[in-house]
Amino acid sequence: MFSDNKGPWGSPPGSGGGDPPSGDEPAGPWGEPPKRRNRPDPVSSLDEFLQRSRGRFGGGGSGGGLGFGGGPSGSLIFWAVVAVASLWLLVTVFHRIAPEERGVVTRFGRYSHTLSPGVGLTLPAPIDRVQKLNVEEIRNIDIGSAAEETLMLTGDQNIIDIAYQVRWLIRDPEQFLYELAEPEETIRQVAESSMRQIVAQVTLQDAMGVKRGDIESRVQEEMQQTLDGYQSGIAIQGVAIKQADPPAAVNDAFKEVNAAQQKAQSYINNANAYALQLRQKAQGDATAFDKVYEQYKLAPGVTKRRMYYETMERILQNVDKTIVETPGVTTYLPLSEIRRSTPRTGGQ
Amino acid sequence: MDAARRHPVASLLIGFLLLMMIFSSISIVPETRQGIITRFGKPVRIINRYKDGAEIGQVGAGIAFRIPFVERVDWIDKRVRDIEMDKQQVLSTDQLRLEVDAFARYRVVDPLRMYIRARSTDQFEQTLAPILGSQLRNELGKRPFASLLSPEREGVMGNIRQGLDRVARQYGAEIIDVRIKKADLPDGTPLQSAFDRMRTARQQEARSIEATGLKKAQIIRAEADAEAANTYAAAFGKDPEFYNFYRAMQSYETTFLGVNGNKPAQTNIILSPNDEYLKEFTGR
Repeated sequence: MFSDNKGPWGSPPGSGGGDPPSGDEPAGPWGEPPKRRNRPDPVSSLDEFLQRSRGRFGGGGSGGGLGFGGGPSGSLIFWAVVAVASLWLLVTVFHRIAPEERGVVTRFGRYSHTLSPGVGLTLPAPIDRVQKLNVEEIRNIDIGSAAEETLMLTGDQNIIDIAYQVRWLIRDPEQFLYELAEPEETIRQVAESSMRQIVAQVTLQDAMGVKRGDIESRVQEEMQQTLDGYQSGIAIQGVAIKQADPPAAVNDAFKEVNAAQQKAQSYINNANAYALQLRQKAQGDATAFDKVYEQYKLAPGVTKRRMYYETMERILQNVDKTIVETPGVTTYLPLSEIRRSTPRTGGQ
Repeated sequence: MDAARRHPVASLLIGFLLLMMIFSSISIVPETRQGIITRFGKPVRIINRYKDGAEIGQVGAGIAFRIPFVERVDWIDKRVRDIEMDKQQVLSTDQLRLEVDAFARYRVVDPLRMYIRARSTDQFEQTLAPILGSQLRNELGKRPFASLLSPEREGVMGNIRQGLDRVARQYGAEIIDVRIKKADLPDGTPLQSAFDRMRTARQQEARSIEATGLKKAQIIRAEADAEAANTYAAAFGKDPEFYNFYRAMQSYETTFLGVNGNKPAQTNIILSPNDEYLKEFTGR
């Protein structure tokens, strides 16, 4: 920026822009070139220069008059210089700071003050410089992604593949500009380091499941503490774990656990269904028996007979029947014979 | 005046030289840097030196003067910078390997010493990186693997920071902190065996979950069986004889007629006239 010693002094429009024409005619129209050049302060020189010129032109009217003898081209150059200079002033003196911005002003490199939103006035450019920083914008840093694995050791010496995002913003623009050499890189490193530190204190199961939120807030806290130690002027807004999975190499085994859980559940469901069915049936049967038994007890003999005949009726009306007079005859008939003969006998 | 008019080229040259002198006697010192002014190589003073707790913009930065051509300004960064270390393999006391990647943050507090000892911060960083590595190996090598993962690590880092700080002080730098960025199992056998361990652990878990499921299912079934038996016994126990008859009737129906629309195989029944059912049929 200002490392070149000549830097800021070389650019003021008063001397720098005005030099070339006088260089062509060194002794002529500018009167006393060496003296003017010796003047150290470009601002006052510029002001005087402008005043003098205004005076001249107000009186003289045409560009050719009053010692400003460079001819028509000289006056043109002069006006060009004036235009450039005023534009320069306009641009570098007024600074529009948007509501989300802060303008950090440095005077000859030294921090002077910070401009709040609105229009801020400063000295022209080589003296005052304004760096605008957005202090409201939340910036993101992503570490790890679905595409590549970011492996970390957990407290139970397992390995987890984790991807997360850090959201941060500039809290203190001056500190942010002057205290850290590489702010973004620093945040990234601190994030990685903090995440590993915290993940190394929990188990794999916790990291994948229930303790995610807890890890996020602890990492945020740890990061903020570390960054405050650097006086970085950075506020960590949040840490979000986007993904916390077992590494691809062992993913199948983890899926097996899942499958086993499903299987176990289905065993239990089946057993429950069986149990429910059995219970209902038992109750149904028992109730039915009770009902019948109640009736039976009123008239045991009759009921029993009635039930017997009814049942027999139902059975025998639907099956083929053979009535054999003498017991034992069937033994001489092959089964197929009986079967063939049944239609005939069935008619009886 | 007349002289200037008479020798325009010479006066221009002199003017230019004067301007150069003025420009080169002024230095703009930004907030982010500390300057060491040396006169013919001998350090004479320091500008914008870091002071702990100093407010930004109070002192130091801004315009500084020096004698042109005689004094020279060298710049040293004033901000917090970082030393990055290459990955190091660390062997824990229980002979487990760990690949460690760490970084240190430092700030130059004595730019003159830094300038004399190391010339530039880059040089300093290069010098300190291997020292950080060896510090790390030494400290972590004194501990078992498990403690490298535990909160105890904080204390380890404190020790490393102090050790490194002692070295850094000689260069006029202050180590703010040392942090482990990565601590991983090295690729190859250690990582693979860790994966294998994880895999077998999961498989074991899967089996045990399945077995537990089966066990639960069995218990549920057995309980249901028991309950059903109880229900039956309570009902049927009132009259075992009648139950026998009643159940036989049901059983015949099921066997010969089928249940729920299930037709049994074609049945032939051979009846004897002496049969209980046909007793009345014969008219006896």
